[in-house]
Amino acid sequence: MDPVLIAHVREPNSFTLDFYLAHGGYEALKTALTKKPDEIIEMVKASGLRGRGGAGFPTGMKWQFVDKKSEPRYIVCNADESEPGTFKDHLLMERNPHLLVEGCAIGCYGIGAKIAYIYIRGEFYHVQSVLERAIDEAYAKGFLGRNILGSGFDCDVYVHRGAGAYEAGEETALLESLEGKRAQPRNKPPFPAVAGLYGKPSAVNNVETLCNVPVILSKGVEWYTSVGPEKNGGPKLYCVSGHVRNPGVFEASMSVTLRELVDGYAGGVRPGRTLKAVIPGGSSVPILLPDQLDIQASFDAIQKAGSLLGSAAIVVLDDTTCMVWLAQNLLHFYRHESCGKCTPCREGTDWLHKILQRIERGDGQLRDLDLLTGISNNIAGKTLCAFGDAAVTPVLTTLKHFRHEYEAHIRERRCTLPADWRARQPVGAH
Amino acid sequence: MSFHPEMAYDATFHKSARQLEEEGPAFGYTAENRARFEEIVKRYPPERRRSAVLPALYLAQHQQGYITANAIRHVAELLGITRADVEDVVSYYTMFYTKPVGRFVVNVCRTLSCAINGAERVTEAICTKLAVRPGETDASGTFTVLEVECLGACDRAPVVMVNDAWHENLQPEAAAKLIDDLRARGEAALSGCHHVVERRKDERTGD
Repeated sequence: MDPVLIAHVREPNSFTLDFYLAHGGYEALKTALTKKPDEIIEMVKASGLRGRGGAGFPTGMKWQFVDKKSEPRYIVCNADESEPGTFKDHLLMERNPHLLVEGCAIGCYGIGAKIAYIYIRGEFYHVQSVLERAIDEAYAKGFLGRNILGSGFDCDVYVHRGAGAYEAGEETALLESLEGKRAQPRNKPPFPAVAGLYGKPSAVNNVETLCNVPVILSKGVEWYTSVGPEKNGGPKLYCVSGHVRNPGVFEASMSVTLRELVDGYAGGVRPGRTLKAVIPGGSSVPILLPDQLDIQASFDAIQKAGSLLGSAAIVVLDDTTCMVWLAQNLLHFYRHESCGKCTPCREGTDWLHKILQRIERGDGQLRDLDLLTGISNNIAGKTLCAFGDAAVTPVLTTLKHFRHEYEAHIRERRCTLPADWRARQPVGAH
Repeated sequence: MSFHPEMAYDATFHKSARQLEEEGPAFGYTAENRARFEEIVKRYPPERRRSAVLPALYLAQHQQGYITANAIRHVAELLGITRADVEDVVSYYTMFYTKPVGRFVVNVCRTLSCAINGAERVTEAICTKLAVRPGETDASGTFTVLEVECLGACDRAPVVMVNDAWHENLQPEAAAKLIDDLRARGEAALSGCHHVVERRKDERTGD
């Protein structure tokens, strides 16, 4: 398929309103305003659009669940993109910000909200400035504000800057953060559709999800469902990074295979190296091995293969990667980003990291491997949000596929695969 | 005190470990920042002023360089919440500094995609150049080096964020040179990330 979401991102001034209007911008909003709000939700439902943030939950259902009896309602756009390996929303907001603004406005119209908050991660300061400028332009041309295009519909879009917390990407933690508190998850239910921002009905949607909404309206449900496999329709952005020749964001239908993405779009591993493993959906999903890549990169196909599409962050690892080091690197991340609310996760990630560190530097014992499994099983499923499950995945998946590397570290009392891209100082020396 | 006898907490255990902020000098927003604050607060429902705590703290940090107990007090008063509410937030989010930092805060991404493309070497090059360890400020007080988690530009790894400007595809030698450039030319040496450079070019030549 031809790119839709990022078709023009490499062209000059793609982020300006004039450019966007010249390429059919805000036509979808005009179409939407001629329909009833319920029709918008029905269209999104019929399109089969699934949330692009990671869970793949149908967006139309999410919008339908929003309690229409209670007011005010809110659209909250999750632009906290912080899953390691993910950088698609970054590109979308930086080079095609009006698509998101339009998506927010249509979303608000659909669920009957008057305000959309875009929660952007604090590190994306330069992206925020692009987005705010786009919003100002949209207000000036009457695409946002009071009585939009004479329809009587009012909509405000505000950007809210986070301040460095991975956990703010979890939808209820994001709402807490937006309310001016620590980004810590809430107990569910109630789900945000019933009691979200300020306890009011809210829809929390990822940037790419909202960017798909104008596409559904302008290209039609029929076109949208025809792209990609059944129940995995529409254009999808893939972030390929790691040990590849040509890393980047690639747009394809979900019929594309993982191997096409890694070897085709991203140019394969660098000369003289061989592929060791691929993480298909961000740091918190199980690893796939090179012989497992001939599957569709869709939510359903990857799940069937024992992993998850997640945020479509494909991290490619070549034969220089030590898997114990990898688990240690990711557990450093999870230990640092654990919000601290649930004890198993707060304490457990620290323990896992310490054990992995000692194995990596050559001080591990064989019993540590059972300890890692035991601790992991005491974290997964025992926390308020999915963070706990995510945090133990790098440990369990490397133990499953690369147990021999762990054992070699313990036997030889050193890291058996010290790559030249790593620091000269041993791990933990800093 | 930890939950396990063999798993003692170390100094970096958790980002929200409580550290009392310095009192600092008397703090109040400048007239300009006060006006911006009032502008920001309007985005949230009147009874939900607390939502503005992150932007309010950014204003304070921008004005003073770091967050002090007096700044927390000022923000709490303006938002009508307690000092504890504000401190709760300050101690949780990593982008607020409770100690003075250098004029340039050099944030090196250390997470997977950057790490496997040489981020550890970048940190090493910068730290050797400045004779500091990650987390420290150099002797001149100009540079603070921090290792941070995924910045979300993994296709351009390794990524380094200096204050709010990004430098991408930064190899160790280039990172050391960036420190020299920052010393010589100050903020002008911050070229920004790939896309920002591209954008500046657009605006100059494009229509």
